[in-house]
Amino acid sequence: MGVTGTPTNINQGSKTKGGIGESTLRPDGTLKVTGEFAYSSDMWHEDMLWGHTLRSTTAHAEIRSIDTSEALAMPGVYAVLTYDDLPTEVKNYGLEIQDTPVLAHGKVRHHGEPVAIVAADHPETARRAAAKIKIEYVELPVITDEASATAPDALLIHEGRDDHHIGHVPHPNIVHRQPIVRGNADEAAKRADVIVSGEYVFGMQDQAFLGPESGMAVPGEDGGVDLYVATQWLHSDLKQIAPVLGLPEEKVRMTLSGVGGAFGGREDISMQIHACLLALRTGKPVKIVYNRFESFFGHVHRHPAKLWYEHGATKDGKLTHMKCRIVLDGGAYASASPAVVGNASSLSVGPYVVEDVDIEAIALYTNNPPCGAMRGFGAVQACFAYEAQMDKLAAKLDMDPVEFRRMNAMEQGTLLPTGQPCDSPAPVAELLRRIKAMPMPPEQQWLAAGEQADVRALPGGLSNTTHGEGVVRGIGYAVGIKNVGFSEGFDDYSTARVRMEVINGEPVATVHTAMAEVGQGGVTVHAQIARTELGVTQVTIHPADTQVGSAGSTSASRQTYVTGGAVKHTCENVREKVLEIGRAKFGSYHPAWATAELLLEGGKVVTDGGEVLADLVDVLEGESVDLELEWRHRPTEAFDLVTGQGNGHVQYSFAAHRAVVEVDTELGLVKVIELAVAQDVGKALNPLSVVGQIQGGTTQGLGVAVMEEIIVDPKTAKVRNPSFTDYLIPTILDTPTIPVDVLELADENAPYGLRGIGEAPTLSSTPAVLAAIRNATGLELNRTPVRPEHLTGT
Amino acid sequence: MRVNFTVNGRKQEADDVWEGESLLYVLRERMGLPGSKNACEQGECGSCTVRLDGVPVCACLVAAGQVEGREVVTVEGLADFAKQREEGCATGACGGTSLQEAQQWQAKGTDSQTGEGDELAPIQQAFIDAGAVQCGFCTPGLLVAADELLERNAEPSDADIREALSGNLCRCTGYEKILDAVRLAAARQERQEEAV
Repeated sequence: MGVTGTPTNINQGSKTKGGIGESTLRPDGTLKVTGEFAYSSDMWHEDMLWGHTLRSTTAHAEIRSIDTSEALAMPGVYAVLTYDDLPTEVKNYGLEIQDTPVLAHGKVRHHGEPVAIVAADHPETARRAAAKIKIEYVELPVITDEASATAPDALLIHEGRDDHHIGHVPHPNIVHRQPIVRGNADEAAKRADVIVSGEYVFGMQDQAFLGPESGMAVPGEDGGVDLYVATQWLHSDLKQIAPVLGLPEEKVRMTLSGVGGAFGGREDISMQIHACLLALRTGKPVKIVYNRFESFFGHVHRHPAKLWYEHGATKDGKLTHMKCRIVLDGGAYASASPAVVGNASSLSVGPYVVEDVDIEAIALYTNNPPCGAMRGFGAVQACFAYEAQMDKLAAKLDMDPVEFRRMNAMEQGTLLPTGQPCDSPAPVAELLRRIKAMPMPPEQQWLAAGEQADVRALPGGLSNTTHGEGVVRGIGYAVGIKNVGFSEGFDDYSTARVRMEVINGEPVATVHTAMAEVGQGGVTVHAQIARTELGVTQVTIHPADTQVGSAGSTSASRQTYVTGGAVKHTCENVREKVLEIGRAKFGSYHPAWATAELLLEGGKVVTDGGEVLADLVDVLEGESVDLELEWRHRPTEAFDLVTGQGNGHVQYSFAAHRAVVEVDTELGLVKVIELAVAQDVGKALNPLSVVGQIQGGTTQGLGVAVMEEIIVDPKTAKVRNPSFTDYLIPTILDTPTIPVDVLELADENAPYGLRGIGEAPTLSSTPAVLAAIRNATGLELNRTPVRPEHLTGT
Repeated sequence: MRVNFTVNGRKQEADDVWEGESLLYVLRERMGLPGSKNACEQGECGSCTVRLDGVPVCACLVAAGQVEGREVVTVEGLADFAKQREEGCATGACGGTSLQEAQQWQAKGTDSQTGEGDELAPIQQAFIDAGAVQCGFCTPGLLVAADELLERNAEPSDADIREALSGNLCRCTGYEKILDAVRLAAARQERQEEAV
């Protein structure tokens, strides 16, 4: 239909023959290194228009009027839409709570909120037209923290809330609250010989995926629309898009286009509905591509948090109790805040045995930028705080911090604060042992060499800020626990369609799911699973679209578990069908068809004794098998809203880090020398990808430790640094060597025993770096990211 | 305005170019070469790195008018560019490609559906083999920058690699496998030279 750059079938080819456990290479690798892989911003259509969004310049205001006439009159402008142009009564969307307006109506609640959209024949025309839209705002006071949000006379961010959390929150400006009470923390505190407490602050981090929000909507002849877009969950988008457009879901056909990273930032809708509205209004294909500035306003961020913790321990080093309060700033709209609260509270103890706890986590509505999903999802903020507490306790008891952690480490069978037993391996002590045993990087080499230091190896690098004087080294450790998959009773299923047939004289399997490949390597692993289960070399991965059932989200470290599980399950059923065909055709030739356990291997039907019964080509000649099946992991349940008790999580993953840093104490500059990781992955389906995920997650944790933060002006709630000039993510110079030690202790409930991988390394990376900087400087450092002024006291 | 320049060895002309359009926009939206990526469009991330008369530049920071009469190589032409250079090596032309040499070659077509039939530059193959590609959005820019590094420094130290690639952001990999890829390409290049 004239769209170029649409996703293509990825032919696995015969070069890679690997099943699970092998480091097979990405099927999309060649396209990606030649520049031919079609990302969502690469779509092109001969007759397309460009969409652009006008965003609010203020954080909290009533909209008195919007005048679009001048913009509409500009040559090249095809449409200018505001709230009044929305086609149905459904004007909001949202992941959990439908509180986010497609276009602002009545008021704006955060800086950068979409107010109007424009379609024009050139992106610059669209931008200039948007600039001509006149909006009259009446400023309202901004709510930016807990005190201003929960004051008795506080303005309500959302008046008339009627979502299902409103009944149990103490104030309408609190999105959700989850307490967890187990044992008696006050009573247990009396047994403590030492008690430490601290207040911790975690800054607002951005996913900063490189491929900006973008895509193309093409109006269909049937009045529907085809949308090509980068997202994390096609079917979740679909459920939010179709009602606003007033279309049945089957008339909104979504296809995943190339995704340039996600990390949680594409769980929410960004440009999807806007592009569809403009395409349906103009009758032309509409492409929207955010620039980096707009991208910072176009997606939710990681919740900034304040955390208050108290821990006690006996003098022989056993934890007695823990009390904490976690306040997450959810910003103007709910997004994933309720689930983030559930994670932050239920994982707030960390991977330790503490029987008596008193926990409370809340998420606020404020006029700050909306926050939602990001890699680590609520567990990151808690890990930063509880690991600082562990170091404080160890110091107070004059114990080795790693030994102190090992003494209190949870293990298989330990009850979590929610009362849920951990029923799979929990190798926390072992990971700590391994991380400590890993060889240390050489002592300050530049010093030992006795020569001129290579400035590139020093804090400040080529800026030539030091030659080694005033540089001190520190070492820090941390470990964390992350849940895998969606929790709290969510029906977390996935769907896979698998087809087996003979093409050009070879047996070929085609795997079709709606899984968003966001770079994590799901497409590689799906082919490996199909090869393992079906014994074929050739596997084609069909483009992800909404023509197949939902795969759920590419988040929460769940896709290899759940969609991988669905592919495995469907392949197993396809295998049975193939064997039935084989029995019907060839069963009379050999008794083993009826009596033996049969497998598909190397393109043949074989017995478990290795005897070959038939070629798959002969079995499938003239036939094909095609099945679409859903697969679920075992169910979870909601946490009790008063006690927090409940079997809320499916699985856990664990990672430990050791950071070695050097700090220029004069200028407050930090150089991370090495960041070693030990992680249990259950089973490494693709070891190369596993290591890549662990190193990538570690680097995002490093980023938030020393540089990454969205700065929001506390007086105006305006974002100060929406650019890669001012929001810093680690470069190759900021990132140290990251040695990885992978442990594989199978979880017998998971497909192949695997554990979700992607998120755990983001947790403990940050507190390990902080611990190392504290170790180097002797400073308390209760805030992340650490900036020079925190180190120099200026 | 009209801009005439050479892209991957082919003469190109772009009409109706706005004064403010960048080379990146012209490549992506007018030439049908979206390989150079639009991650920040302000010269911070390096995803749109191309070579302009042999020098790596951020295509987003180059006004389209500035390339009049000049030679641009994008990731789409990288494999052929590397091959031509390799052939040129036999005559001792290593360590840079002259404009004249560059003008004598043309990128060959490949199957844009699957990428099959592509003959890859050593650095491209190394990125695949080392697992340096995840989402891949940073990859084209990194490849152009890394290829240029290996052209002028066949045996880079880790510090050299880090310095050369410090203008290219990657959010997925943690860079370790990118370092591996550059080391791998350098080692293969060395082996090949030894074999010659």
